[in-house]
Amino acid sequence: MSIKNISKFTLILFVFLSINSFANTNETHEENIESTTIVDEKASLKKEIKETIDHHLMDSYDFAITHGVSFPLPVILIDGGLHIFSSSKLTNHDTHEPTIVESNGNYYKLFHGKIYKTDAAGTINLDEHHHATNEKPFDISITKNVFTIILMSLFLFFLFKGMAKKYKTNSLPKGAGRFLEPIVLFVRDEIAIPNIGEKHYKKYMNYLLTIFFFIWFLNLAGMTPFGIGVTNNIAVTFSLAMLTFLITQFTGKKTYWLHLFDPLGHSMPWVAKIPLYLLLVPIEILGLFVKPFSLMIRLYANMTAGHVVLMSIIGLIFVFKNIIASTAFPVLTLALSALELLVAALQAYIFTMLSALYFGTAAEEHH
Amino acid sequence: MEKLISDFSSGLFIWQTLVFVVLIFLLRKFAWKPILNSVESREEGIKKALEQAEEAKKEMASLKSSNEALLNQAREERDIMLKEARDVKDKLIADAKTTANVEAEKIIAAAKESIHHEKMAAITELKNEVATLSIQIAEKILKEELASADKQKAIIDNVVNEINLN
Repeated sequence: MSIKNISKFTLILFVFLSINSFANTNETHEENIESTTIVDEKASLKKEIKETIDHHLMDSYDFAITHGVSFPLPVILIDGGLHIFSSSKLTNHDTHEPTIVESNGNYYKLFHGKIYKTDAAGTINLDEHHHATNEKPFDISITKNVFTIILMSLFLFFLFKGMAKKYKTNSLPKGAGRFLEPIVLFVRDEIAIPNIGEKHYKKYMNYLLTIFFFIWFLNLAGMTPFGIGVTNNIAVTFSLAMLTFLITQFTGKKTYWLHLFDPLGHSMPWVAKIPLYLLLVPIEILGLFVKPFSLMIRLYANMTAGHVVLMSIIGLIFVFKNIIASTAFPVLTLALSALELLVAALQAYIFTMLSALYFGTAAEEHH
Repeated sequence: MEKLISDFSSGLFIWQTLVFVVLIFLLRKFAWKPILNSVESREEGIKKALEQAEEAKKEMASLKSSNEALLNQAREERDIMLKEARDVKDKLIADAKTTANVEAEKIIAAAKESIHHEKMAAITELKNEVATLSIQIAEKILKEELASADKQKAIIDNVVNEINLN
């Protein structure tokens, strides 16, 4: 597929996205009109918009393709043994109310999107902040986000495997490779080599390429109307940042550790260094953890903010409910969606770039 | 922040880490290695080809300059040879001219000599012939004149008359 075709495809996807999100919210809005009376329509509408946004950003146990259309995913709980059941059991099909699930003698109930262990009657004990105090089972369900991660990983695997296969017969890229090869080369020539150096960059290439395409494609998937924003989940960004952190520490050479625990080197006698190091070494060690923490927060916050802004603007259409708002805000949504597409690539680039930078300091040799 | 921590889904974290690490290893084996290797070998090939082209260019340039030098040398040699040839030719012509002149003079001199000899011989012969003819004519005239007694007499008379004894 040529670049032109891909850009066309993105444009179509993106128009589809705007229309679909628009339609979704419209539906909920109409339901809303039916349900609310005169009292405080606006406040309730705002509340609903907020809930829709929250719901959109949240992980869930089933995969909602569009409003009302979803398919169940397996729920896996570890709670004195393995409990596996379909997520369709968690909610009543007609009333959409949570139901009590019995599994191997234990009872579970969904409360605010999380599974809690309950008694047979399904009582949820609340504290003064309306938080459930029930025990939470260890939950390793294949949720919507996990499902998306697996799906995207398979997609990436087959995409790049196919691309690699084409090189066997021809040294020039073919098909999707024509679009992807420049990006692979960009990661190598603009991210890996300048930050890590010609000598050591090769062993980090696998990680950098994988993380770049993984984040980028998941960010793009988050732009689709399925509400599968995986990268706006802190558990995901934490995992990615943690891997960068671990790789940095495990590939750290002598210079890296010396820089950490002996930052001043031979510039002064060791007696003079002791009081300074009482201050410097803790700062250096703090910096060690601040780096991946900033990686984690940056990606999470950027993607979350993008979604919140986009959905809020769509929500504004229903708050204002006039001709100007209903023409101006979709246009604004379109413009911001374009910006979000850029941000999707940009955040992937920044994450990869900073990872490469940290690897560079780890791989650096004494000079 | 508190909400972030309480919302942290350890299940998602575990799955994400697991799937992602597996993805890294799978892609390393099936995608990145072959892709990067073939791209690198291609780049190497391009680099080599460019270097070779550059070398060929240099060789061409050096060949061209050596060709030019050779050509110049050849030109000079040709000029020298031409000059030599011209000199030889001039010398040859001059020599030939002098020899020819000398020869010609010799021949002319010999010719003149022989002509002179021939002339002298011819003159002598002619003299002899004339003498003989004159004698014969004189004999015939004498015979004719002295054929009759009258004529003899007349002659004598004539001679006598001429001998005028003054």
